[in-house]
Amino acid sequence: MLAYILRSLTQATLVMLAVAFIAFSMFRYVGDPVASIVGQDATLKDRQELTESLGLNDPFPLQFVRFLGNALQGDFGISYRQGRPVAELLIERLPATIELAVISAAVALGLGLMLGIYAALNRRGVIANIVMSLSLIGVSLPTFLIGIGLIFLFSVYLRWLPSFGRGEVVAFGWWTTGLLTDSGRKSLIMPVITLGFFQLTLIMRLVRAEMLEVMRTEYIKFARARGLSDGSVHFRHALRNAMVPVITITGLQLGSIIAFAIVTETVFNWPGLGALFVRSVEVVDIPVMAAYLMFVGLVFVVVNLIVDVLYFLVDPRLRGGITVPSR
Amino acid sequence: MSEPVISVRNLQVEFVTRRATLRAIDGVSFDIHKGEVLGVVGESGAGKSVTGAAIIGLIEPPGRISGGEILLNGRRIDNLSPEEMRKVRGRKVAMIFQDPLTSLNPLFRVGEQLVETIRTHLQMNERQARDRAVELLTEVGIPAPEKRIDGYPHEFSGGMRQRVVIALALCAEPDFIVADEPTTALDVSVQAQIISLIKKLGRERGMAVMLVTHDMGVIAETADRVAVMYAGRLAEIGPVRDVVQRPMHPYAKGLMGAIPTLEASTERLVQIPGSMPRLSSIPRGCAFNPRCADVFARCHVDQPLPLSVQGRQVACHLYENERLKTAEVAR
Repeated sequence: MLAYILRSLTQATLVMLAVAFIAFSMFRYVGDPVASIVGQDATLKDRQELTESLGLNDPFPLQFVRFLGNALQGDFGISYRQGRPVAELLIERLPATIELAVISAAVALGLGLMLGIYAALNRRGVIANIVMSLSLIGVSLPTFLIGIGLIFLFSVYLRWLPSFGRGEVVAFGWWTTGLLTDSGRKSLIMPVITLGFFQLTLIMRLVRAEMLEVMRTEYIKFARARGLSDGSVHFRHALRNAMVPVITITGLQLGSIIAFAIVTETVFNWPGLGALFVRSVEVVDIPVMAAYLMFVGLVFVVVNLIVDVLYFLVDPRLRGGITVPSR
Repeated sequence: MSEPVISVRNLQVEFVTRRATLRAIDGVSFDIHKGEVLGVVGESGAGKSVTGAAIIGLIEPPGRISGGEILLNGRRIDNLSPEEMRKVRGRKVAMIFQDPLTSLNPLFRVGEQLVETIRTHLQMNERQARDRAVELLTEVGIPAPEKRIDGYPHEFSGGMRQRVVIALALCAEPDFIVADEPTTALDVSVQAQIISLIKKLGRERGMAVMLVTHDMGVIAETADRVAVMYAGRLAEIGPVRDVVQRPMHPYAKGLMGAIPTLEASTERLVQIPGSMPRLSSIPRGCAFNPRCADVFARCHVDQPLPLSVQGRQVACHLYENERLKTAEVAR
């Protein structure tokens, strides 16, 4: 177990190093940081001084190590455009994105699992078929279209829900939440649906396909032949086996919910990290972009780490012959 | 003789497809008594496994039992509700599958699977069920069962897994067990062990065993009686020695002729020309008529019904006269 986790951790660290390297290269070589900071009418002397003080004349490896060290301490430099520390900007935006992503993920996972299992067990049922047909929409419609469609229906036509922003938020220290106010909750509904719908349908279709696959296996037939109850056959024997591939895909999908809420945040003008990133791209705010890249990398690495550990817990075959020596 | 444990009477199984209704089993009847092993042989698709599945009530849609009766200890079980049948399955009738590598759930310890099965059918607490699981593993010949019970299926070899499968089938002391090609997926050296284990358990516990197999050697060694199936029908059924050594039905003759022996120095083994018809194109009359060497006019018209001849049953028009003769003699 420990060796397995250590191996996963090592891999995670290597991936993060690679991401950091890309982020650093972007930071250092996309555009001229000095020009970005001082503007066009600075003198040559000003520029040289700034170059020196930023350490840009140092050898490349030294610069990278310094960048890494700063990043580890949460220092991603200062935003070119806003003149504030990047870390501060990120933290300010983080709660909005996390709240949206976690709720979306929970809805997608919960509903996706339930509907997927239902559709697999009632393969020929009318409701299951309707759900399956509808899920095709979710898989094939682009996110922004769903968002715009929802806005049109619920904000413009029915006037039930707000079309942008988070509504009123309540602050706990640096964390802010919209869950405690009426307008905050109302504001969450459409972005959550927009962000989670694709994942929901994907998870549902995946769970259904895997369940059907597992239900055809010999060990399920044998479990039936032993007279085990339907409940045990479906939810103990079949579901656990179906979960192994579902965990992989779901893990990656949930990672991308958190990391790539960009489109949804843009459509709903949601004050999260995605919106910040889009703004930074528009104004070439490289430090913010680099930090966002690192953040996305971190999310995926952490999610993958969790997936690896879950695998380990679900599938004994990965644990190697620890329990008893094989004959 | 006492009442048979399993009595199959004129069983019909149909598969309803979009194009047609296919009859996979057509009028199969046989009895299996306490402690008896009935071997069932035939080509792939002859309906051997479907018959077994029908008895334990595991025919999956679009298949269904469309006629006949199945009696367990004199009580009909083919018309039970799914929930009632579930209680019979595993408790009274059990099944061993072909491939031990795929018939155990890979994510659960062997002990968990045994305990769950035991507690489904018998009133036992966790501790008692575990003790019984250890006993069962001992009985099927697994060394160090107290330790192995906590192993996962992938930690067992193929032969050992098949022993676990057998232990699982025996959890609630069933009266009848279907062994569906239990040795096909195993090494030859292990096959003999598993077969003799099944035979021993059947005899000791007085179980009725239906042994489905391709392997005539296994049949000759294990079975008391043998049923030869062809295209969903019974061609011949009778005591194993009679049928193997002096088969009567032309198909059975061909099947037995295809067994290589060390004594006979024939150049080529006998081979039945052609192949078994698809279920969608079973010929009129006798299903075997296109391939039969002794075919005559009537075979193309009438479906032969089982005739009692010389202590066995043969579904072939060739023996119509012989039956009449024996009947006259008896009179």
